[in-house]
Amino acid sequence: MNIPNNLKYTKSHEWVRVEGDTAVVGITDHAQHELTDIVYVEPPALDSAVEAGKECAVVESVKAASDIYAPVSGDVVAVNEQLGNAPELVNKDPYGQGWLFKVKLRDPGQVDELLSAQEYAAHIGA
Amino acid sequence: MFADRHIGPSADEIQHMLRVVGHESLDALVDAAIPAAIRLRRPLALPAPRPEPALLADLKAMMARNKITKSFLGRGYYGCFLPPVLQRNILENPGWYTAYTPYQPEISQGRLEALLNFQTMVTDLTGLEIANASLLDEATAAAEAMMMCHRLDTGHRNTFVVAPDCHPQTIAVVQTRAEPLGINIVLGKELTPDTFGILVQYPATDGAIYDYSAFCTEAHKHLALVVVATDLLALTLLKPPGEFGADIAVGSTQRFGLPIGYGGPHAAFFATRDAYKRQMPGRLIGVSKDAQGRPALRLALQTREQHIRREKATSNICTAQVLPAVIAAMYAVWHGPDGLKRIAERIHQFACRIGSDTGLPFFDTVRVGDRIIALDETTTEEDLRALGVNISDTDVSSPIPATLRRTTPFLTAPVFHRYHTEHEMLRYLRRLEAKDLSLTTSMIPLGSCTMKLNATAEMMPVTWPEVGQLHPFVPVRDAAGYHEMFRQLETWLAEITGFAAIALQPNAGSQGEYTGLLVIRAYHRRRGQGHRNICLIPVSAHGTNPASATMAGMKVVPVACDAAGNIDLTDLRAKAGQHAHDLAALMVTYPSTHGVFEETITEVCRIVHDHGGQVYLDGANLNALVGLARPGDFGADVCHLNLHKTFCIPHGGGGPGMGPIGVAEHLVDFLPGHPVVNLGGEDPIGPVAAAPYGNASVLPIAWMYIALMGAAGLKRASQVAILNANYIARRLDPYFPVLYKGPGGLVAHECIVDCRQFKDVQVEDIAKRLMDYGFHAPTMSWPVPGTLMIEPTESESKAELDRFCDAMIAIHTEIQTTPAILKNAPHTAAVVAADQWDRPYSREQAAYPAPWLRDHKYWPPVSRVDNVYGDRHLVCTCGPVA
Repeated sequence: MNIPNNLKYTKSHEWVRVEGDTAVVGITDHAQHELTDIVYVEPPALDSAVEAGKECAVVESVKAASDIYAPVSGDVVAVNEQLGNAPELVNKDPYGQGWLFKVKLRDPGQVDELLSAQEYAAHIGA
Repeated sequence: MFADRHIGPSADEIQHMLRVVGHESLDALVDAAIPAAIRLRRPLALPAPRPEPALLADLKAMMARNKITKSFLGRGYYGCFLPPVLQRNILENPGWYTAYTPYQPEISQGRLEALLNFQTMVTDLTGLEIANASLLDEATAAAEAMMMCHRLDTGHRNTFVVAPDCHPQTIAVVQTRAEPLGINIVLGKELTPDTFGILVQYPATDGAIYDYSAFCTEAHKHLALVVVATDLLALTLLKPPGEFGADIAVGSTQRFGLPIGYGGPHAAFFATRDAYKRQMPGRLIGVSKDAQGRPALRLALQTREQHIRREKATSNICTAQVLPAVIAAMYAVWHGPDGLKRIAERIHQFACRIGSDTGLPFFDTVRVGDRIIALDETTTEEDLRALGVNISDTDVSSPIPATLRRTTPFLTAPVFHRYHTEHEMLRYLRRLEAKDLSLTTSMIPLGSCTMKLNATAEMMPVTWPEVGQLHPFVPVRDAAGYHEMFRQLETWLAEITGFAAIALQPNAGSQGEYTGLLVIRAYHRRRGQGHRNICLIPVSAHGTNPASATMAGMKVVPVACDAAGNIDLTDLRAKAGQHAHDLAALMVTYPSTHGVFEETITEVCRIVHDHGGQVYLDGANLNALVGLARPGDFGADVCHLNLHKTFCIPHGGGGPGMGPIGVAEHLVDFLPGHPVVNLGGEDPIGPVAAAPYGNASVLPIAWMYIALMGAAGLKRASQVAILNANYIARRLDPYFPVLYKGPGGLVAHECIVDCRQFKDVQVEDIAKRLMDYGFHAPTMSWPVPGTLMIEPTESESKAELDRFCDAMIAIHTEIQTTPAILKNAPHTAAVVAADQWDRPYSREQAAYPAPWLRDHKYWPPVSRVDNVYGDRHLVCTCGPVA
């Protein structure tokens, strides 16, 4: 299972990459594998505010619908438009082209509270 | 005796099977399986069973007391002609009516095609982009539309405006649905700043037709959505809602061939814009492809639905109205666009010759003085003259202005042009039927679905004119036969469940759940405890439970299950204690969804009552209790009965069902009312369905079943259902371990077998391989992922049970020796007969793995359907003329 060292993670299987004052959010390789083929992503509304730990998006496979919890609080400054036509990118490249949305961090300190790659690996028993 | 033909195994076979499961007699088996504390120790007080001819004669005489006259009542119910070719080959044909919901698409392509025709018909006629494959009735469809508008509203607004000239039952059902959710209903046609949506009827209930174009534009300026309740036959002449700005169109397809049947069953439709498809309620058929790349149909976007999304689902609807939807679609196929238009124009011309006092355009319904007169396909020149109103003797020009006339073509797909002769239609229907696996092929061992025999004698009354030709709003004295039958059926069902009263209105199991919870809510409010809104639901519950609780305005709190699949009493006590102040109800399925008679059920009920809650018993598994134990005796306050499971109403390929509820004495006052027909009741909740008695015309099926079986027959049926399940469990356990067992190592009426122990083969592969053996798979991955839940019912003979077990055991061997044969399943004739064959097993192994297939081979019409492709490339209508 691919768990890049340079990212932060949540117990609910989201990853975060900090780029300046912005956090890029996606779901982990483990999560996409468990969900199987993704057929639809419902991103948060652009410019909406998301709260850490609260549901803000949905990822659907043919078998399951999974809520995505915001790892950090802040305003949504971008959503991955490509997923509208190509939700399979979440399966193919969960840490790259399969990113879900970007949040302008309200409290950068929140990132430090997230799991490290080692901690996430332990969490999923990898 | 009828019971001996309803029950599969003979007396000798029962003895043999009892030896296999290690018990001396059926009584001993049941004593070991069901906790003694809940057992009913006396025979049910029911009339002695009588033979088929006598009962059919009795029921016929009873139904003859219905006064069948031409109805001009309208309001959503219209006379029509069911083409005989459709009556005999669909409505009276077990090949269609005994099929299950098309969850296994490879063996359901026939009805999936019929439903795709339905969706195409609805999108074409409404001028909208996407339509579902039916809802329960027009009124609930309108209520679903309101909820969808509410979900789509980003402004957190709370007012839904309803035009006062909608059908009265539609207004009332919308009001019932709105109240627990805190949605404010305003009758009128004026938008307020708080309005998120508005419902209008086109044509209105008094027949008047308004031009709503400007109205829609205005609503959209306020970011409010417009729902148009409409009539597909009128839309053959009128500008469709999608062309004047409607966001959602709903209505009934009853007049497309379905008998009025004192209110149902009929298929409602629901259409909307493509952009809103993920918020749409109900089942949706989509086009995908199979493993050979050929087109194949399937249920699409299932993640919207309650069985996956639970309390967050778009609706609680599960069983819909598939059989009526198939008939409505085939009525359109039979008549084609020109034929439908001819029918509409003839009716319209009759109406024109009467004229309407409203001074507004109309289609088929006119106002004369204080009378509203609705005409239909069956209206004749003589009827017109018998009305006693002034009519013109010559043709009168239509009052419909050009701006409201339909100009766009409809039903352009080839299917609506090919089958206009009876031979062509007969063969088309037969072709579709042959693609599907129904109970006419083999047992359908779907756990929790109870695919028992739907006996012919039970079905015959459904198409009697005395049953079919009655409008639900006639004076009660004109429906004396129906009311006598209702009274008897209610008495019998109350005796069977141990309750004080039965309400026949809910027209599906999920509707029963919703109704029961509303009744509980009304009870708490009467006692000044209206704040009670917590609904405890075990994690093992069917998805409809949390979805229904949410619709009833309750908050779902899950209760854990222990390793044995039983409700975790410690967790239940903790949750009940924590919510003692605001506990409204517990929803519990008994026997459990894991197919076990939990010994703790009385304790479970006591804990809930001690904390001020009411016990809602999900009666999905009542077929294991009839004559053996009564929910009303062991602690339940409300219970719904799936008449389409336990009491032999066929599944119809996914509906109609009936979900009446039984309630204890303290809840009787709150049973649902109706705005047009007085149902009695002290303090009724609002109506939950359009018709006062739901799908009334299928109730004779349940009446016949109980009357034919009698108390002893019903009890024996429950006993044999338990025996059959335990026999299968015993035979399969060495190969596929049985996961949950109750007292004495016994299961109830179904068993869950584990399929997770194989490295490369998944449960889905086993399900698809069963098709090659001529079987429908058991319930897959529910309630436990990676398992099969098998429910044989009492109606399967030992020979059929053995055939199924032999197939499963043979598949177990294939898993070890030839896993590829499972991965490639099912095998179509085209694949097996192809010139090329490069598989690591023979063609014979692929298609004829068991001896009985030499006798009769059911060929799956398509290979494995690609679910992912279908959901990523959604297509939900048949193509236009190429």
